[in-house]
Amino acid sequence: MEKTAKDFAHIKGWGIDADPKNDPTYPYKHRTNGEHAGYIRPDIPQQPLTVEVLHSNERPNITAVFGTSVPPSGLSGILRRYAFKFSENEYGHWLPLLLADRVNVVEGILDDLVHGHIPNLFAEKGGKSDWKFNRKSQLLKAGIGTALGIATIVLLSQKKGKKAKR
Amino acid sequence: MLAMNYRGPYRVRVAHKPHPEILHPQDAIVRVTRSCICGSDLHLYHGLVPDTRVGSTFGHEFVGIVEEIGPDVTKIKVGDQVLVPFNIACGECVFCKQEMYGNCHESNAQATAVGAIYGYSHTAGGYDGGQAEYARVPYANVGPTVIPADMDPDDAVLLTDVVPTGYQAAEMAGIQTGDTVVVFGAGPVGIMAAKCAWLFGAGRVIVIDHVEYRLEFVRNYAQCEAYNFESLEDPVLFIKKTTAWLGADVCIDAVGADAAGSAMQTLTGRKLLLQAGSATALHWAINAVKKGGIVSVVGVYGPTDNLVPIGNMMNKGLTMRGNQTSVKRLLPRLIEHVQAGRLDPKGIITHRVPLEEVADAYHIFSAKLDNCIKTVLIPSPAKM
Repeated sequence: MEKTAKDFAHIKGWGIDADPKNDPTYPYKHRTNGEHAGYIRPDIPQQPLTVEVLHSNERPNITAVFGTSVPPSGLSGILRRYAFKFSENEYGHWLPLLLADRVNVVEGILDDLVHGHIPNLFAEKGGKSDWKFNRKSQLLKAGIGTALGIATIVLLSQKKGKKAKR
Repeated sequence: MLAMNYRGPYRVRVAHKPHPEILHPQDAIVRVTRSCICGSDLHLYHGLVPDTRVGSTFGHEFVGIVEEIGPDVTKIKVGDQVLVPFNIACGECVFCKQEMYGNCHESNAQATAVGAIYGYSHTAGGYDGGQAEYARVPYANVGPTVIPADMDPDDAVLLTDVVPTGYQAAEMAGIQTGDTVVVFGAGPVGIMAAKCAWLFGAGRVIVIDHVEYRLEFVRNYAQCEAYNFESLEDPVLFIKKTTAWLGADVCIDAVGADAAGSAMQTLTGRKLLLQAGSATALHWAINAVKKGGIVSVVGVYGPTDNLVPIGNMMNKGLTMRGNQTSVKRLLPRLIEHVQAGRLDPKGIITHRVPLEEVADAYHIFSAKLDNCIKTVLIPSPAKM
């Protein structure tokens, strides 16, 4: 129940300088102070829980409606479940999620291969448009890559030669 | 159906996915006819947002035709052409009831610090987005809005995010008549923020970026000044000098986590992920605004931490305001602006690309190739 001035009668001067205009959330918040009652679940039917949904421990429940895209799975899923043991205030929440995202990339490639699909990295990275609009840079990168590759081969073959002479 | 499919940082493709289904009585299924790539999608594309899962479909700016509705949907019907605000909002929680539709508390189980957004990682709810042939639209009595009969769908799709976000950036900036407004970032949102600043009575609008073709674009589109920070020795000092040494009345950060301009921020924020993206624009905004000025933040950052001169905020008596845009709240006014010709959203569209070429579309936008400002993806059944 909303408190009134009577509830604060024992505090001298309570609310005497209150100014409704002193509200930096204007105009995007049409203030009702409904939050003062705390979290109250709106009367909305619950979406059936058909997939695993991780939920922040900063709320008591799963929302009435939720996304069902890509439920957690594999090693990345284990990391994500671990992350959700921590609040959003903790690095323990976000850093495992970032790590899980990187692990998930490797899982994605393995999954492609298991399903007989070799990912076309050139196409996925927009190589066609890069060739069309950024050819100079692409050639430069290819040139540097080739030069580094040749230099590495030469260095390795020289080392092998020296070892063989010994 | 065909849908954009995230495979890892800088890697996306189009792939087949199951057709979305009604999962809740207030759901609708929308056949997508236009879907944009947003500047904030690039934060996902670059791997900066935690809990971005391989296999996700991005896309929070889309319009389409209602194909199917759940039993409790009464505000739209099958066949309606709707624009879908990027926020997923229940309309009944304590925040939605105060018109903070970008902060709904009943749509994102996975984080309390952000409301739910279509196709924007599991941190924003784990919903598939609209860069697909079809999309599931929850709470269909709240978000989807029937497109006025006289409105071009290209205008409508930009009312789902970029126009309201630019407008709210200017609105939160509390611009007073005659104020000098500095907008950091000449991407679509920065361009729109500059344009909208005039609607609030700005006296001078300055845009700072480093991509020359975008600066040229914003000069013409938003009738403002625009400067390349690479040619300014120090953009903050430049702003101090050009405002008679006091600083701008208002600074708007319309860049977010992918900002260029500081080697230290780029290294720690974008390369090493030691902070939630590069906060260069916010850093400059805090330092370039006058004492007692207002910094309005619509640039998107990750949920961890950023290095910004927060001490200066206190010492200068700044007001900093930010929020995910409450699209539904702003739509009636913005539709008026578009219909009256005061805003021309579709004027920023430079690329129309078939959904099948999504990988190239992302790369062109990310690498700022071919003078790209705004890209619209169009699924094959829809007309280009």
